[in-house]
Amino acid sequence: MTSHHSRNIPGVAHPATGRKRPNPPRHVPPWAWAVPAVVLVFLARYVAAVAGGWYAFTDWNGLTPTATFTGLENFRQIFTDQGARTALLNTVKFAACFVVLTNLVGLFLAVALNQHLRTRYLLRTAFFAPVVMSQLATAFIWRFLFDYSGPINGALDVLGLGALKKTWLANPTWSFWAVVVVLVWQFSGLAMVILLAGLQGIPQEVEEAAEIDGASSWQRLVRVTLPLLAPALAISIQLSVISGLAIFDQVMALTNGGPLGATETLATQVYKQTFVFGRYGYGTALALLLTVLIAAAAIIQQLTTRAAERRNA
Amino acid sequence: MRSRKNRLLTREIGLWLLALIWAIPFLFLIVISVKPTAELFTSALQLPSRIDLSSYAGAWQSGHLGSALVSSLIITGGSVLGIVALSSTAAYTLARREGNIAVIMGLLFLIGIVLPSQLGLIPIYSLFKRLHLLGTYTGLILLNVSTWLPLAIFLYTGFLRQLSHEYEEAAQIDGASVWYTFLHVVFPLLRPVTGTVAILSGLLIWNDFFNPLVFLSGTGKTPLPVAVYSFVGNYATQWNYVFAAVAIALVPALLFFIFAQRQLIQGFSGGVKG
Repeated sequence: MTSHHSRNIPGVAHPATGRKRPNPPRHVPPWAWAVPAVVLVFLARYVAAVAGGWYAFTDWNGLTPTATFTGLENFRQIFTDQGARTALLNTVKFAACFVVLTNLVGLFLAVALNQHLRTRYLLRTAFFAPVVMSQLATAFIWRFLFDYSGPINGALDVLGLGALKKTWLANPTWSFWAVVVVLVWQFSGLAMVILLAGLQGIPQEVEEAAEIDGASSWQRLVRVTLPLLAPALAISIQLSVISGLAIFDQVMALTNGGPLGATETLATQVYKQTFVFGRYGYGTALALLLTVLIAAAAIIQQLTTRAAERRNA
Repeated sequence: MRSRKNRLLTREIGLWLLALIWAIPFLFLIVISVKPTAELFTSALQLPSRIDLSSYAGAWQSGHLGSALVSSLIITGGSVLGIVALSSTAAYTLARREGNIAVIMGLLFLIGIVLPSQLGLIPIYSLFKRLHLLGTYTGLILLNVSTWLPLAIFLYTGFLRQLSHEYEEAAQIDGASVWYTFLHVVFPLLRPVTGTVAILSGLLIWNDFFNPLVFLSGTGKTPLPVAVYSFVGNYATQWNYVFAAVAIALVPALLFFIFAQRQLIQGFSGGVKG
């Protein structure tokens, strides 16, 4: 850099004249650099979603070039078909159990591992490990654990509780809870990590001050920690609602939707109706229903978070 | 003080017991995968009499896991490269330009983050059918890239807005072209974001089961999760084979986890701190 340069820095007053030199045309990246991303996102996300929204009201079978508009026929079928109704109900039930349990277990783990334990990093790793594993692959391990001649029933036998043995995955009631157990095992570590990041943003002094004022550890958690943790909790809940409504891998690996549709979800039904039975119109109608559910859940969550923020402000 | 130490130690031991329960599936995975076939009929809690690795060779061969591993690498590698290349250049353009066009583009990507992808999947499937992209790596990679672009662009743009323009201006005063400046000055400065984007998207694409099941089923190009799924369909009762296949599928993610743990955890919990 010579003095000549430092004299003529664009936008800076010239020492002699005191006038700002107009900015020369800066090298800006050409619009062309953004074009591939814009085109790809616009086509694959927006246009495709609109097309899907349209097909949901047709009897399209995926083969014919044209689709006939049938109005709400697909939705009438969804709400009269026992199987689809069960799938819708299951989707909501799975999501509710998933959100509540993973965040509760995650919160417990986060608070416990935020203390000065010597091995806390090792413990965090242990609980987080399932998160990064293939959901499909790990669900097959659980299929073995739940097998009638598998370790869970084997342990019950050893403990003299043979009367409690169940065909866990072939029983309409228990198969639902078996899937929930696998989901909680797989994803509590994710809630834990998000909440730990939130806990680390809370200054130690606040906790210590509450302790000096004689607050019990339960009071500290409910009155001090949780309100300060609200933003992280909101993110964790938001994430778990979205992924909880779209559960697919675990159901396919554990029960394939059975027994008799007891664990079928909207996501598994979208796959089966469309790609197994070729009912494209009906499949997109189910996908539209799932999309509306996800969007509604996200909006409700935003509103409650905002309301809570206003209350605390 | 002493009692406090003891209390902490008790808690620590309790947490270790819980962690052990968490690890049970992985312990069974290893034990059952080396169980000789003849001993599969004994109790599930019975330890194998000897370590038999033949199930690994069997699963590797009859599950076509070698080619599945290659497919996984191609799909994940291609997708991550595409995501990083397209999102970093697009974000740089959006961050360094002003005006309505940039605002509209920014909104397009921002809404794209929260737009659920399920609804568009079926029209894309039929479009790919018509374009002969079904059953090709290109098709699935394009789909993965389009899914991840909005979030990646959001992360890059946030970082670029905080980045001082001085480096770029210095390079340009020295006569560097826009392309040279981006490649040799800006992109190296974006390394933290690139790491987060690559690791997060790479891991989720690696483990993705739904999209490859829909777009690559029945071809020789299925990645590991789909290969394991079809393998289990054929060998459902041969638990030692199934678990060998599952173990082979889990090893790459596990190694990756060990090496990139810190960045992974930061990536997953990103946005909480700021």
